[in-house]
Amino acid sequence: MAEYDQEKRKAYWRENVRLMVVLLSVWFTISYLCGIVFVEELNTIRLGGYKLGFWFAQQGSMYGFVAITFIYARRMAALDRKYDLHE
Amino acid sequence: MELQTLTFIVVGITFAIYIGIAFWARASSTSEFYVAGGGIHPIANGMATAADWMSAASFISMAGLIAFYGYGGSVFLMGWTGGYVLLAMLLAPYLRKYGKFTVPEFIGDRYYSKVARIVAVICLIIASVTYVIGQMKGIGVAFSRFLEVSYELGLLIGMGIVFIYAVIGGMKGITYTQIAQYCVLIFAYTIPAIFISLNLTGNPIPQLGLGSMMVGTETYLLDRLDQVVTELGFAEYTTLTRLSPLNTFVYTLSLMIGTAGLPHVIIRFFTVTKVSDARVSAGWALIFITILYTTAPAVAAMARLNLHETIQPSNGENLVYDERPAWFKNWEKTGLLKFEDKNNDGRISYTADKATNEMVKVDKDIMVLANPEIAKLPNWVIALVAAGGLAAALSTAAGLLLAIASSISHDLLKGVFRPEITEKQELLASRIAMAGAIALAGYFGFNPPDFAAGTVALAFGLAASSIFPVLMMGIFSKRINKEGAIAGMVAGLSITLLYVFQHKGIMFVASTSYLGDMQPNWFMGIEPNAFGAIGAAVNFFVAYVVSMMTAEPPEHIQHMVEDIRVPVGAGSAQSH
Repeated sequence: MAEYDQEKRKAYWRENVRLMVVLLSVWFTISYLCGIVFVEELNTIRLGGYKLGFWFAQQGSMYGFVAITFIYARRMAALDRKYDLHE
Repeated sequence: MELQTLTFIVVGITFAIYIGIAFWARASSTSEFYVAGGGIHPIANGMATAADWMSAASFISMAGLIAFYGYGGSVFLMGWTGGYVLLAMLLAPYLRKYGKFTVPEFIGDRYYSKVARIVAVICLIIASVTYVIGQMKGIGVAFSRFLEVSYELGLLIGMGIVFIYAVIGGMKGITYTQIAQYCVLIFAYTIPAIFISLNLTGNPIPQLGLGSMMVGTETYLLDRLDQVVTELGFAEYTTLTRLSPLNTFVYTLSLMIGTAGLPHVIIRFFTVTKVSDARVSAGWALIFITILYTTAPAVAAMARLNLHETIQPSNGENLVYDERPAWFKNWEKTGLLKFEDKNNDGRISYTADKATNEMVKVDKDIMVLANPEIAKLPNWVIALVAAGGLAAALSTAAGLLLAIASSISHDLLKGVFRPEITEKQELLASRIAMAGAIALAGYFGFNPPDFAAGTVALAFGLAASSIFPVLMMGIFSKRINKEGAIAGMVAGLSITLLYVFQHKGIMFVASTSYLGDMQPNWFMGIEPNAFGAIGAAVNFFVAYVVSMMTAEPPEHIQHMVEDIRVPVGAGSAQSH
């Protein structure tokens, strides 16, 4: 039983880390890549009155951050139940 | 009604509410004092976290900085929000699972060392005290401006009010007051923005107004702004980059890691009921912060446009100085706005050329406060902005003071030096520590050695380079041991302090800077304010190398790490 429990916890942690890596790549892309590194290239595209790179830096990245944290909270709650490790 | 009277009434009502709440929710046990008994709903906790987080720097300074830095101001927007993603994923749920009162307590247990705990307390106190001094100064300035008293008296009034509700209420009182303060500050910030956005673009939502066309024209607001500023010789608003892109990158990273390492933010996640609530609560905090942070760029751009169009009402036609509006005169009195008629034509010429520019001083910090007046909004809106600025400064000061007090009474006294004291004595010690911290911060507030921006940046740099890395490694690695953690914290903290001091002077006394605040001396062109990320990298590296060369942590610590990684079995926060 204890061994099974160990396996379960390891699998849970692996899935958690995988989810984190995916979401942190999104986090990196919308802020550091779209808002800083490739800002000049994206600024050639318009989003209404906004230049796209400028929009990512001053608006889009923050909306993305909110989405990321809620997606993480929801997926983790599901993961807690899947492995029966919730409180 | 007179602006002065209105301000008195609005600020008075909000303060009566805060103090009333503090008495109603006063803490009676250590658990209520440190973590509000661990029973705060995630949405309420998110709101309190947002107020805790958004200080005078966010409310008063940030939009003003963006107004003059344009795109370059984005570092504050991304940096001060993106850290919550790191908090929500890398720290909050695990620290909540661990279920203790303070950050040093976790570090002391995880690295099975009182030395590590004491080093963490030192890092925490240095970071928090430098931050709280900046807040005290903001409180003093705001009170003196709006109550028309001297700066010193304004500061004393502010200290008294913080003392009452932070010392009596503890975390429980602070949490509920912060919820009220969030409501005040967010209304105060968004209402003028909505008015101004409506006036300029016809769109009531500032976030959309910023991307819309000007009323009655086919020109987008941002294009109009770019055109106005470039005609006057300033850099184009939407593409202006401060320093290098590398510096922008590192600066953003420093602010993000610093956010996730600031103890007063981290302990907010000890106050929720469950691990899953800690994750959700970080999301709610971020929503509440993002409401202000996505409004700020609109406030910035619109304030800048209004400022130029007031001074130059039509092309080539400058404002006659004798016909300048009332807000112009008021801010001239404070010395934060200065005009000098260089060509003696009696008109105000505002250009990028230093030789002909007659607006010799436009302090960036006045933009948010002056904005409603520049846009000719009604007096009650202006009074509301004053109350909002004070709410922002007070809520952050209270949160920081609690973090300082708990680390002294709980970590140093109860945890290390006098473990035999009772809960009652610990509470008393905590209140005395808080009073002491207020007095110390007030003392520095009276004699500010050029603090403001420099100290806030240092606070972030220190939190980023000392606390965040050891917390993260403590959860994600079983191999990092006490030697590694202590060496990492000391290395990260020292290199950041040295870099800041060598360019800005020891304790910010400019004459003692041993390499000079000169750009050619910067490491890879990175400004001292942005150095925290490099300090954090050094911390990670040193901790890893030292841990690999020394014995691995004992088995029960490895079990403890495995245990905090899963939510099952979490109780409410406890001291032992």
